[in-house]
Amino acid sequence: MIATLTTGDFIRRNGLIIAFAAILAIVALSAPTFLTVGNLLGVLRQIAIVGTIAVGVTFVVISGRLDLSVGSGLTFLSVLVVSQHNQIGPAGALAVTLCCGLLIGACNGFLVAYLRFDSLIATLAMLSLLQGVTIWYSGGANVNVADSTTWFSFFGRGSVLGIPAPVLLLVLGAAVAGFVLMRTRFGRAVFAVGGNETASIFSGIAAPRIVFATYLISGLATACAAIIMGSRVMGAQSTIGQGYELTVLAGIILGGTSLLGGYGSIWRTIVGVAMLGFIENGLILMGFPYYVQWLVTWAIVIMAVWIDLAAKRGRLLA
Amino acid sequence: MAGETILSIEGVSKNFPGVRALKDVSFDVRAGEVHALMGENGAGKSTLMKVLAGLYRPDGGRIMHKGEEVDIRTPLEARDRGILLIHQELSLSPELSVAENIFLGSWPTKGLGILNKRKLNSDAGRVLDALGCDFRPTTRVGTLSIARKQMVEIARAQAFNASVVIFDEPTASLTDTEKEKLFSIIADLKARNVGIVYISHKMNEIFEITDRVTVLRDGVLQGTVNTADATVETLTRMMIGRALDSFFTRARSNFGAEVLRVEGMAKKGLFENISFSVREGEVLGLYGLIGAGRSEVAETLFGVRRADAGRLFWKGGEIPFPTPRQAIDLGLCLAPESRKEQGLVIGMGGRENITLPHLGLFSRLGIMNRERETQVFTRYRETLEIKTTGPSQRVGNLSGGNQQKFVLAKWLCNKPRLLILDEPTRGIDVGSKSVIHALIAKLAEEGLAVIVISSEMPEVLGVSHRILTMSEGAFNGEFTGEAMTEENLIDAVSRHRESSSSRRARTAA
Repeated sequence: MIATLTTGDFIRRNGLIIAFAAILAIVALSAPTFLTVGNLLGVLRQIAIVGTIAVGVTFVVISGRLDLSVGSGLTFLSVLVVSQHNQIGPAGALAVTLCCGLLIGACNGFLVAYLRFDSLIATLAMLSLLQGVTIWYSGGANVNVADSTTWFSFFGRGSVLGIPAPVLLLVLGAAVAGFVLMRTRFGRAVFAVGGNETASIFSGIAAPRIVFATYLISGLATACAAIIMGSRVMGAQSTIGQGYELTVLAGIILGGTSLLGGYGSIWRTIVGVAMLGFIENGLILMGFPYYVQWLVTWAIVIMAVWIDLAAKRGRLLA
Repeated sequence: MAGETILSIEGVSKNFPGVRALKDVSFDVRAGEVHALMGENGAGKSTLMKVLAGLYRPDGGRIMHKGEEVDIRTPLEARDRGILLIHQELSLSPELSVAENIFLGSWPTKGLGILNKRKLNSDAGRVLDALGCDFRPTTRVGTLSIARKQMVEIARAQAFNASVVIFDEPTASLTDTEKEKLFSIIADLKARNVGIVYISHKMNEIFEITDRVTVLRDGVLQGTVNTADATVETLTRMMIGRALDSFFTRARSNFGAEVLRVEGMAKKGLFENISFSVREGEVLGLYGLIGAGRSEVAETLFGVRRADAGRLFWKGGEIPFPTPRQAIDLGLCLAPESRKEQGLVIGMGGRENITLPHLGLFSRLGIMNRERETQVFTRYRETLEIKTTGPSQRVGNLSGGNQQKFVLAKWLCNKPRLLILDEPTRGIDVGSKSVIHALIAKLAEEGLAVIVISSEMPEVLGVSHRILTMSEGAFNGEFTGEAMTEENLIDAVSRHRESSSSRRARTAA
């Protein structure tokens, strides 16, 4: 047995950082305004919402499942937090929203973990259900925060020492989530269930309970994102979260977390989401119409997965 | 008699990231011979076989087929050249019919890509008849037993007029009757001048059916000998580089108190009226053929299956049937039959696999203590002689023997009281085998109760103090001391099968 290190290995181990640096360099060179503090903070503020959700969904994905309900979850919870703010005040609104986020997660988790539904089906159904619930709840109308002096505006618009509050919240959330995933019993169990559910059961792990918990986390993360979103816009409307489920998934995939479960990390997700955010921003700065980002996102996800596959098998084609 | 060389490789090397799997290996297959390929797990047998079958391309050396140098790039190219691999983990599509599987990838059409089902089924039917198969071309493969699936693969080799057929541990999950049938088919292939590569760990099979034996060790050719000139001793020495005095070390000891007693345990359709007990320091063998319900009994005791009826006594007191968590906490542990599916999370490191059942023990306030995890890993890597590069090397990259040692370490690290080992040495090399057998004896001497489930008779006879035979979901014999003989076990297992074969068509199917 002689150890050899190939270029394939190198790319696989450090590919994410290389790609991230390359993208930053390209964007910075093509759009001079990119590297301004104002612009970068703006991008980070934008990333915070997708990132917060993605942190939660990463748990679900590592446990070997999907959560596609987060897009309309974000919509519903944003509408909810704004409406409740007008009715019962900011503290109550936050509490109600976080509870509803957990409840959505619990419904998904119950279907997937205990009734053993395919997660794609269960959470797609939830995506659709929540779209309906949103319109039923708001009547389809836009809602706005009536009291513009509320402390609620901190989450989306505030800042501490010049760092935007949403970014701080994301960093805080990601740090806690990363710790839970990498250092705790629960995190270990999430990897085990995603890596091999049967073997985890044969090791005495209550796999359904773990899966259920990952959906709770995903629901909670979505609620946090909705609070940031509502606070940033100081309002909400019934299409506000559309497409977020795919952006979140794209970020997770780009980070290199395996959709098959058992492999991934929070920091990978953050880097993946940040890459998408900077690319989107760069494209806008370079003067492309906004829809070009969808094409580019697609191309980059495909390339990332391809490079990963190619590095694994040592050649470009199957 | 063996004829000319059909397929040969000369000086072939193959590297994987971090591992040199084959180093300058030469090997040849002649028409009408059975050529055994032996070696410990990790010796490079699978790699060599995959090079021959077009699944891997060698990094150096050349492959000669019928006298000309060839480059086999895909399994399809190998098949077109008449080289077929019968996989250990069978490579059939369970949702397709037998006929569709046999001709997979080259189905006859009526033009425009429309399948000619009639021709497909009649062609397949001819091949199946020639092999003496008792199932129809239209049967869905997923409904067949493993032995029959293997027949489908062999039929595929026949249909493509294979000149070289590679068998990878074909008897691993076969009953004795099925094995005899396989051997007669191999004899038949041989008579028709097919060259056969036969990979196996089982010495008796090597001596029964092969003409030559090639041994690999750590990716390096150790030599090729005529089977007639070889002995178990010489082959073993070639494989592990030293001679083994005995594969088994059975310790006699005075048994302690009863650890587990089961009364009238039953699960509909799987087993009925299971009653037995096992004491401290005792190795209880559970012998029976695959499908007899042995694993199901073990899984029920461990709590991954629920019993319909029965009572359980743990150290004298009655307890409800446990969940796996409760079983583990009692010290009732199961090293399951299938390492990769049930025993290990193959994407995780050895360290993480060892501590997986005891996350509570290796954590405080929910936070894992990595240092203690690494200590335990290091301890078992040394005591069980596990070959791995470090605590986080994925166990999926290890050989079967080393994987099995991790499964054992997983339970041993928290003082089990009863250890159930389901096929503890299936598909692993002789070296690891003897380590595990010695370990069983040592653990029993230290007072652990052990149940060894095995379909390898020498193993059961070698390690057990007492043997229960099982057939078709029920115990049908108990043997101790002088009565533990091969004949008695065979007799017990077959007696029940004959008397009830009509009643239970399912098991036969």
